[in-house]
Amino acid sequence: MLAVETLDLTKDYDVGFFRKRLRRALDGLNLGVEKGEVFGLLGPNGAGKTTTLKILLRLVFPTSGTARILGRELDDVAMHARVGYLPENPYFYDHLTAQEFMNYAGEMFGLRRAERQGRIDRLLERLGLAESRHLPLCKFSKGMVQRVGIAQALINDPELIFLDEPMSGLDPLGRREVRDLILELKGEGKTIFFSTHILSDAEMLCDRVGILNRGRLEGCGELREILRLGVAVTEVVLDSPCAALLRELRPYTRSVVWTGQRVRLEVSAESDVARVLALAIRHAAGIVSLNPVKMSLEDYFLGQVGATPNASQSREAVTVSEAEQGKK
Amino acid sequence: MRRVASIALHTFKESVRERVLYNLLGFALLLMGAAILFGRISVGIEQIILVNLGLSSISVFGLLMAIFIGIGLVGKEIERRSIYSILSKPVRRAEFIIGKYFGLLFTLVINTAIMTVGLYAALFYQKRHLSSADLVVLEAVYFILLQLALVVGLALFFSCLSTPILSAVFTFCLYVIGNLSADIRWFGQETGSVVIEKLTAVIYYLLPNFGDFNVIAQVAHGEKIPGYVLVSNSLYALLYGTILVSAAILVFEEREFR
Repeated sequence: MLAVETLDLTKDYDVGFFRKRLRRALDGLNLGVEKGEVFGLLGPNGAGKTTTLKILLRLVFPTSGTARILGRELDDVAMHARVGYLPENPYFYDHLTAQEFMNYAGEMFGLRRAERQGRIDRLLERLGLAESRHLPLCKFSKGMVQRVGIAQALINDPELIFLDEPMSGLDPLGRREVRDLILELKGEGKTIFFSTHILSDAEMLCDRVGILNRGRLEGCGELREILRLGVAVTEVVLDSPCAALLRELRPYTRSVVWTGQRVRLEVSAESDVARVLALAIRHAAGIVSLNPVKMSLEDYFLGQVGATPNASQSREAVTVSEAEQGKK
Repeated sequence: MRRVASIALHTFKESVRERVLYNLLGFALLLMGAAILFGRISVGIEQIILVNLGLSSISVFGLLMAIFIGIGLVGKEIERRSIYSILSKPVRRAEFIIGKYFGLLFTLVINTAIMTVGLYAALFYQKRHLSSADLVVLEAVYFILLQLALVVGLALFFSCLSTPILSAVFTFCLYVIGNLSADIRWFGQETGSVVIEKLTAVIYYLLPNFGDFNVIAQVAHGEKIPGYVLVSNSLYALLYGTILVSAAILVFEEREFR
């Protein structure tokens, strides 16, 4: 049984005030997430990631298609007792303290007082909020609110956890803590389904990823497979190669870039690498390095998303993620 | 049931921590204090003035609280997106709405109780004693609460459907029309036009009839409220309130949170 399963899930939104028209936010999404895996839903802004999560959590209704969570229909209230959810940019009740809010969240699951308190203590401690538990949430920073959001998503010890942009608003230490927490949860056998546009997080955490663009699933697969498929280039750096060598190497190389006395060559086919090295040795050129360049998730992402008319937007998303990481 | 109680308690907490509530409550109690002064300058009818002003204050300030807190019950949760984390839990949308309704009603009962104690204190200060005849004030307070129960239902219904500002406007308009519905029907009958008569009759039966709950003048004059009025008004409020909350649930069940 799959933890999350969607079948032709489609969502159209009404847009426009006077002249209403439909905008397709999700277009026939077919997705299956296995139990115990960390699945990342990637895509640029407006790709349909949040819409997917909102449909799964019955905050919006699909225009067509179906979905099942833990083998149950979405409107099965009992199923939601086994699920945790962190909304994107969460906002909670200003007038409540972290302790009161967690208590309220626990009550929604019908947890008994002693059990509730035990879990609240553990979660607030785990997320570094124990000392701020009696402060009203309106006094919390964005990062602290994000942590409260994660804590409330775990109050019912869920089997399946949906996290919508979990790293958003966190400082580098916070991001690392959340990453560790996700890995810990995975170690406990929980299924984690999260959306992000920060590719390095997905690369570090996900067993599989799905790439959404303009509501369509552009690619989906195991991260190892995606990245292995990407080992297509071997980078060879030679010192002071002669012109004859470069002429002979031309059929085997994709690009040639000079840096001072050195030249960086990209060899497309793995079978050509030995030939390139043999030629270099024959012409007495210095071999500085030989590096099989693996495709990064970012390359894969750009390959999938960048080919569509929405490329500029996706590039922007990647740039944003890079900038965010740089900032942090 | 436990979830409904929890949502109601949370709504009560949220309402109690609203600063506007204390301002209104303070102002209402101040007005009751002022009623004593008005009574002093109204020779012979001190008690009538005091009870009249006191009950009117309870009614008006209760109405303001019901509208201003009621319109935010759902609207604010949607606007601030706090509703996402609640509805993603094993909570039925109907439980959420019922919990919100009773939470605010409970807040209004507590506030009305405080204001009623204030009114009795003012009465005691004026007369230096209280008698069983003064218990009739409680009947008027009970009717005010029934009225507030309907106003909360209206505000909740509109807040499921519209923005907080529009909800306030709609609720207030219906409150005013509902207070005048008997007069509107009488006007329709007087015109002699069948169309207008039928139209005003529809308005009379369709909109909540708040006028029937207004017994402040009778109570101020010491008149007892007949038992059948107590029963019929209670049943009317129960029926109409149930319809309003059910309508709010129906609308909310279809609502999307984009």
